[in-house]
Amino acid sequence: MLTSGSDIIVKTLIEQGCDTVFGYPGGQILNVYDSLYTHQDKINHVLAAHEQGAAHAADGYARATGKVGVVISTSGPGATNLVTGIATAYLDSIPLVAICGNVPTTQIGSDSFQEIDITGVTLPITKHNYFVGSVEDLADTIRDAFRIAKSGRPGPVLIDVPKDVQIATCEYEPKTPVQKEQAFAAKDVRVREAAEYINSCKRPYVYFGGGLVTADAQEEMLALAEKLDAVIGCSLMGLSAIPTDHPRFLGMQGMHGHFASSMAMHNADLIISLGVRFNDRVTGNRSKFAVGAKIIHIDVDGSELSKTVNSVCGLRGDVKLTLQKLLPLIEESRKPEWTSMVELFRQQEDDCLDKREGLTPRQAILTLNKHIGENTAVCTDVGQHQMWSAQNLNFKTSRRFLSSGGLGTMGFGFGAAIGAAYGTGERSVLVTGDGSFGMNLNELATAVRYNVPVVVLIMNNGVLGMVRQWQTLFYNKHYSNTVLERKTDFTAFAKAFGADGEKVNTVEELDEALKRAFECEGPYVIDCAIDKDEFVLPMLPPGGSMDDIITRLEAQ
Amino acid sequence: MKGYTVAVLVNNQFGVLNRVTSMFRRRQFNIRALTVSETETSELSRITVVFDGEEIAKQQLINQLYKLPDVCSIKELSDDNSISCELLLIKMQNDAKTRDEIKGAADAFGAVVVDYAKDYIMFRVADTTRRIDDFINLMRDFTILEICRTGSVSLEKSITTIRQVINL
Repeated sequence: MLTSGSDIIVKTLIEQGCDTVFGYPGGQILNVYDSLYTHQDKINHVLAAHEQGAAHAADGYARATGKVGVVISTSGPGATNLVTGIATAYLDSIPLVAICGNVPTTQIGSDSFQEIDITGVTLPITKHNYFVGSVEDLADTIRDAFRIAKSGRPGPVLIDVPKDVQIATCEYEPKTPVQKEQAFAAKDVRVREAAEYINSCKRPYVYFGGGLVTADAQEEMLALAEKLDAVIGCSLMGLSAIPTDHPRFLGMQGMHGHFASSMAMHNADLIISLGVRFNDRVTGNRSKFAVGAKIIHIDVDGSELSKTVNSVCGLRGDVKLTLQKLLPLIEESRKPEWTSMVELFRQQEDDCLDKREGLTPRQAILTLNKHIGENTAVCTDVGQHQMWSAQNLNFKTSRRFLSSGGLGTMGFGFGAAIGAAYGTGERSVLVTGDGSFGMNLNELATAVRYNVPVVVLIMNNGVLGMVRQWQTLFYNKHYSNTVLERKTDFTAFAKAFGADGEKVNTVEELDEALKRAFECEGPYVIDCAIDKDEFVLPMLPPGGSMDDIITRLEAQ
Repeated sequence: MKGYTVAVLVNNQFGVLNRVTSMFRRRQFNIRALTVSETETSELSRITVVFDGEEIAKQQLINQLYKLPDVCSIKELSDDNSISCELLLIKMQNDAKTRDEIKGAADAFGAVVVDYAKDYIMFRVADTTRRIDDFINLMRDFTILEICRTGSVSLEKSITTIRQVINL
């Protein structure tokens, strides 16, 4: 049957199993919005307040579900507004398909109204992108985009569709959803090599990141750790993959990681890394990073092996399949000396733990822990609140901690929380700071309009806390432009947008407010007062090693 | 730092060269020469990259290339396993004093005179990059007006072709 390009776009999305898309209409994408109107019984479109919010929502949806998130925008500014959202997904390897309208092909290249070369703009921040010049290519391009977005190491794919291609018609035949490219395990010889290192190690540290979540390899990883009596740590992107209270789990390591986790990694003789990329926030000074350890690195993306740190054994392959191949070669062993050494690190961590009473950042997150359910997705923005959340949240289920790890995008959280609520079909939580929240608080309008249950917890200290922390430590307390001095009344703001909210000053008030928030049908904003001089600790100074770790501050 | 030659087979489509060079730029690979042309099949183009770097940078370059969906296959070529060739056009000032000396050097390098006027003389040399470098250095004793060279192209010395490389 002859079908218009815009109908092909919507029908192909439906064919690929997509039931929720996020976006914002405009002149050059009008035809697609007309097709969305026609097909609204099969596909749900969520109108964001800003294209960036829509992109983060599609990203949050993808993170929470593992499915491909879809965002739609118009040309020009609509497309450029997606850029931060696409880059966020790119740095965290999130499967995303972005569809943009563009001016008709006859006008391309003439600087028409709202024309932008978005495939050029997004070249370095997409896994791949397409400019679709003819309607005949449209359906297969979208299918290809889905395949690329979710295969191997996932990532965002952008499709730019000029308006005349949306209007033109051609034959359309529905097809079945594209499958991921066949995953493969690492080569036998590498696996045997890795097994030799593992079987002769004394102090093993299993280190996982977002790649483990993508590969869904938790079971295999836990089996490996159990067999060789290893402790487990993770990067920010790995958080929530296994329950926080798992006895072998030491938590996140790195710049603001758990002391015991970072210390165990530093003292390990073998680091078995699964779906990680040894970012600078993870290693600190690379020449002093885990000097006594050999590194085994398993990743589906071969370019990550030995990109930043040298591994003795790099295994290119799917983490799950490779671990399945590796497990039978691993000898069962106990390592009581290592276990007691790690126990000492745990005690040291406990000794410097912030146990103050009152509405401290840690107490705020611990209070939140009492309210979140097994399936509640907790999203964050970026800054101190993000690290306090990463350190203190009690995770129970995989894909339930959503945070911008690689790009560090302030303003990511609200869109992500809306997307996560759609993805999980449940209430989500946004932990944010007053700085980050200020960046994309317009999305409260979206949450109100669709009655999306999002609990917003603003850790309000009136400053850009993380930057201020660096100014305190490394810039002679020159608080250049980090003191916000705003007069925003977040409760009044929530009410003005049609939501509800309140301000809290004590742990008891916070607890009560959270109770109300978790019973509220729609979004609920809690303005939680935090002191401006609170620090995220421990802290590994940038470019430092474990010898430089700051666990306490005299000033506090 | 060492020089490496890598041949890359890519889809012959609009914008593919840009995807490849954009990756080189943003990851700061030190490219010395790059050539691109159609191949025995019109669907594919062949890019030959000559670049300077450590072994680890070469491995990274190859791994990053593999991640581009338009890249079909990659082959690292060395002096031992391949034939390489580059084309040079060089325009020299032509005067009675140096004419014989220039032509003598050109003959020694197998340079062909492709254009001749009373004030300039143009040579063409097809040879390895190294030999072309040597020739240009020799010509520096005289007055070089203009140089244009293509960058190296290479083919493996074997019955197998780059299309048979398995992408792993």
